[in-house]
Amino acid sequence: MPVQPQVGLVLPLGPYIVTRDELLEFAQRFDPQAFHIDEVAAKSSVLGGLAASGWHTASIMMRLLCDAYFIDADALGSTGIEEMKWLKPVYVDDVLSGEMLVTGVRASASRPDRCIVNFDAFVWDAKQEQKAIMRSMVFINASNA
Amino acid sequence: MMGMFLEEIVLGRRIALGECRFTTANMIAYAKKFDPVGFHVDEAAGKASFYGALTAAGLHVSAEWMANFVRRNTIARGALAAKGKVLPEVGPSPGFKNMRWLKPVFADDVISYFTTAAHKRLLASRPGWGMVTGFNEGVNQNGVLVFSFESAVLTRSLSRQR
Repeated sequence: MPVQPQVGLVLPLGPYIVTRDELLEFAQRFDPQAFHIDEVAAKSSVLGGLAASGWHTASIMMRLLCDAYFIDADALGSTGIEEMKWLKPVYVDDVLSGEMLVTGVRASASRPDRCIVNFDAFVWDAKQEQKAIMRSMVFINASNA
Repeated sequence: MMGMFLEEIVLGRRIALGECRFTTANMIAYAKKFDPVGFHVDEAAGKASFYGALTAAGLHVSAEWMANFVRRNTIARGALAAKGKVLPEVGPSPGFKNMRWLKPVFADDVISYFTTAAHKRLLASRPGWGMVTGFNEGVNQNGVLVFSFESAVLTRSLSRQR
C-alpha cells in the first residue's frame, strides 16, 4: 500500500553512492566535457575536481524518487521539471541522501482517474552539504492518493 | 555558447545541434538505471499504459539534448581554435527552468535538438563572468515540439579576461 500523499509529507531519498565508474560512464555518454571526464583538467577547472554531470545528478534524483515513491504510487508520468538547481558539484564517492517534500496534491481536472502531486526534492552529501534541488510534479493513480 | 565570449554571443539565433534516434534498447538501458517505472522499462507495460507503447524517460530525452549540445559545441570550438582564436573556458550551469516533456517519445522517434540564446548579462557577483540563458527544444520527425527548457550557463566575459 503506497503512502498517502499530503502537503508536508517528507519521504527520505537515498543513500546513493556516486562511483567513479558510473560518473565517467554517464559523462562520456551524455556530457563529455573536460571537467566531467578528465581528472587533470577537472582539477584546474571552476568545479575544482572531477564532478558529475548535472544531468547525471538529476537522473540519480529521479532514480531515488522512483525508489522512494513513484513505483509504489503507480506513477503515470510527469509534464516536466519546473526548476532544477545545481548548487554544488557532485564528486566521485559522494554519498547522496535527501528528501522528497510534497508541496501540493490535487485531482486532475481533465482526468479524474489521476492525481497531481507537486514536490521539491533535495539531495546532500555525507557532510550535509546541499548539492541539488528539483521542483517537479508527478501524476499518480487517483486510487493511491 | 558555442565556444565564445559573452560579448560575441548572438541572441535569437536558433542553432541546430543534431539529432538522436531513440530505440527500444537505448530507452530501456537509460530507464533501468535512472527511471525504472513500468512504461519506461517494459514493452508490455508500455503497451498497457496511457501512452500505448514504451516511452523514453523524460530525463533521457533531456540528457540526449546535452549530448548533442556538447558534440556541436566541441566542433564549433575546434573550428574557432583552428583559426587561431583564443577560446574561453566553458563555465558551469547553475541549473535550468521550465523543462517540459510535451509529448511522449517512442522507439524509432528521431528527435532534432536546438538551442537559442535568449538573454545575456554580466554578473556583478562574479567579475569576468556573465550569464547566458537559452531556450532549448526537441522536435520529432513529424515536426512536433516534444521537449523544451530554459538553460543557463556561466560564460566568460571579454571585459575582464584573465
